[in-house]
Amino acid sequence: METALFYLFAAIALGAAISVVAQRRVFYSALSLIVCLCALAGTYMLLQAQFIAAVQVIVYAGAIMVVFLFVIMLLDPFSAAVLRDKKKYLGYVAVPLGAAAIACLYPMLRSYNMALAPRTPILTDGFGNVRHVGETLFTEYLLPFEVTSILILVAIIGTVILAKRQS
Amino acid sequence: MDIVHYLILSALLFTIGTVGVIIKRNVIAVFLCIELMLNAVNLSFVAFSSFLSQVQGQVIVFIVMVVAAAEAAVGLAITVALFRNRNTLNVDDTDLMKW
Amino acid sequence: MLDYLWLIPILPLAGAALNGLLGKRLPKRVISIIACGASGAAFALAVVSVLELVSLAPDQRHVVKLFFTWIASGDFVSRAEFLLDPLSAVMLLVVTGVGFVIHVYSIGYMHAENGYYRFFAYMNLFLFSMLVLVLSSNFLLMFVGWEGVGLCSYLLIGYYFERKSAADAGKKAFIVNRIGDVGFVIGILLIFVTFNSLGFDDVFRQIAQGGQRFGVEEGVGILTAIGLLLFVGATGKSAQIPLYVWLPDAMEGPTPVSALIHAATMVTAGVYMVVRCAPIFSRSPIALGVVMIGMMTAFFAATIGLVQTDIKRVLAYSTVSQLGYMFVAAGVGAFSAGIFHLMTHAFFKALLFLGAGSVIHALSGEQDLTRMGGLRRHTPITAWTMLAGALAISGIPPLAGFFSKDEILWSAWTHGHPWVWAFGLLTAGMTAFYMFRLVFLAFFGTERLTEEARHHLHESPPSMTLTLATLAVLSVLGGFVGLPAWIGNNAFERFLEPSLSLAYVPGYGEQAHATEIIFAAVSVIVALAGIYVAYTLYVKRPQAAEELAARFRGLYRLLFHKYYVDEVYDTVVVNPTVSGSRDILWKGFDAGVIDGAVNGVGSTVQAGAGILKYVQNGLIRSYAAWILLGAIAVLFYIAITHG
Repeated sequence: METALFYLFAAIALGAAISVVAQRRVFYSALSLIVCLCALAGTYMLLQAQFIAAVQVIVYAGAIMVVFLFVIMLLDPFSAAVLRDKKKYLGYVAVPLGAAAIACLYPMLRSYNMALAPRTPILTDGFGNVRHVGETLFTEYLLPFEVTSILILVAIIGTVILAKRQS
Repeated sequence: MDIVHYLILSALLFTIGTVGVIIKRNVIAVFLCIELMLNAVNLSFVAFSSFLSQVQGQVIVFIVMVVAAAEAAVGLAITVALFRNRNTLNVDDTDLMKW
Repeated sequence: MLDYLWLIPILPLAGAALNGLLGKRLPKRVISIIACGASGAAFALAVVSVLELVSLAPDQRHVVKLFFTWIASGDFVSRAEFLLDPLSAVMLLVVTGVGFVIHVYSIGYMHAENGYYRFFAYMNLFLFSMLVLVLSSNFLLMFVGWEGVGLCSYLLIGYYFERKSAADAGKKAFIVNRIGDVGFVIGILLIFVTFNSLGFDDVFRQIAQGGQRFGVEEGVGILTAIGLLLFVGATGKSAQIPLYVWLPDAMEGPTPVSALIHAATMVTAGVYMVVRCAPIFSRSPIALGVVMIGMMTAFFAATIGLVQTDIKRVLAYSTVSQLGYMFVAAGVGAFSAGIFHLMTHAFFKALLFLGAGSVIHALSGEQDLTRMGGLRRHTPITAWTMLAGALAISGIPPLAGFFSKDEILWSAWTHGHPWVWAFGLLTAGMTAFYMFRLVFLAFFGTERLTEEARHHLHESPPSMTLTLATLAVLSVLGGFVGLPAWIGNNAFERFLEPSLSLAYVPGYGEQAHATEIIFAAVSVIVALAGIYVAYTLYVKRPQAAEELAARFRGLYRLLFHKYYVDEVYDTVVVNPTVSGSRDILWKGFDAGVIDGAVNGVGSTVQAGAGILKYVQNGLIRSYAAWILLGAIAVLFYIAITHG
């Protein structure tokens, strides 16, 4: 059952990812990405990471991608004009390079040392729920948490300044 | 289920994202591919956290998402500013810093 | 005992340093005091040390004094060590004595020169080098002195460096010397390889006690090889065929230089070295072929001297010829005779050169014999002393030259070289002829002076004439230390015996005294005949000389142009070397290959950068592609090594 679900979600994610890259119009790329993100959220559920799955859908797919869509809409979304490709050859370079990367990674991944982790996860009850993640986040990782809040503040200020109309 | 399946999926998503960064000409499309890469990495983290029974992986994912959000906001702001000045979304048009 | 021996070379060195460094600001008086003081002190110390040496028993007269250890590297030790034995004692006295006398002479001769201090500094430096050469106890230190005298010769020949011919002559001397030194160095290396030591005592003892290994050699053995190589060095330094060509040109230097270096001391270094290495040479019949070269040189140079018109050139060729005699002596095994002739030659040749200098000084620089004549009325002291010198060199008894030259000829005959005796006799006749030709042309006969010369004609100052007188006395009396067997005992030969004890002496039969007297008489007759011919041609019937020259025009021209040897050397050796160096080594290799490589590296880098700059095209996509490529390379490497 789990395997089937995994393959389902994996297929959807991969298909959406390829769609992101292959689509002509950027609007459709964004939509494909949303699909991919949701599929990934499903994968997280399979891995007993409920909190993260929820955050993924709410924050990533629900907020970040919406911002993307705002900007796309703002800047000529359905432009049919194909942007001139100055360097066509890069297209023919990139795909072989990607294949090469996979080829290099695959043997390494297959030779993963199984002594370090059991094949099936042995997880305690309540692993990955909000309480568990929250406990770790606010005790061990309190400082990074606070720093990220400052980071967000900085990002907000930066965004406002950068995108302001010069008046 | 072993971890290798998740890792292979992560690697594939990452590679697709990288190829996308090189291929796409629209600036925003490039950003989307970058987000795709970030997600692939998130998947790796979560997989490891699950299989090693350590929740730290998920904490890191949480923080990565925060960073991704900040980065997307600022990046898009830059794009808007760029569009206002040059009236183009083509990555190839921003090539002033060359020999 | 002889602890002050090291002062003998060091005092002239100090004098050279003082004069060289401070001389520009010192008055001429002080400079001459320093220089002559240094050489005089060296002479005084030399006399004292020889007296001390003589106070020892004859077989004890072998004193070695360490100055300092020069090189101590693992097994190899080289010391600056001085050896005083009869042979070096004789050389020491000759060098310091004649050196001192010539220094005094130079005070008068050089007083008008600008580079006064430079001259005396170089002269003192030369004395230092020569003394190191004769006093050294090993081959390496001797070589240091050898090179030092070569350097000083170059500096002094090129003293009038503003004159191109003088500068060229200096260069020629140094370069030709160097060619000989190549053989010398290889000889020294061969000695070290064979005997594992460079000290005279060490090496000669090994030879003497070596038994069969270092016996008299039949063909070409190790001793022959060493002897021949060392002799190559002697050829260069002592101006024998084929490396004599620098000596006539060396006359460009001031006359005291010609007297000291190119007559009395430096050129005799080769003879000294051969005699010092008597243990080596006497055991190698082939190396004794030096006798052949010596004889050829003596004859050859005498023929050239017959027709030269420059007074110093005549003397130069005469020097080459007399050096040949010394090598003949060494070659037939009469080593002490060679040194004896070296000593007497130092006296009368220095005298002749200084006298020539006096003549030149009197005539305000004229050196051409055809523009002199009848000078004996105006410069009597010079004339009579030069006459004494000419008599000495011609071998007229009882002057010094007779005893030394006669001993050489007699040894040649008794040691089984009759042809050498014959040619030596012939050369002696020619020597007498050309020396008296010089004397008659310069001091007798009709006056052929230019107006300007006649105007300034004057006898030389006392510093010069006293010197001439001193040397004249030595030339007359100096021979009496080496009386041949039929007159008295040969004190000189007996004195030198300890130094030559390790030489191999094949037994020569005793010859009757009567035979010796007859041979001596023959030599005198030949010499007198030469003088008579000179008298006829240049005093009684002056036109006869020109008629003879016209009749044998070809031969005359050949001799006058010194057999065109210089021209041949130029074509065969010098020009190919120069053009080869210029075109192949300089332009081809140095400029082309080495510079080309260096420049090539630079231009390659530049070209490479010119290509690489296109990577920076400003496109984000291509940058991303390069990053990906790099990442794949790393992944690939990891996959290969750990996969």
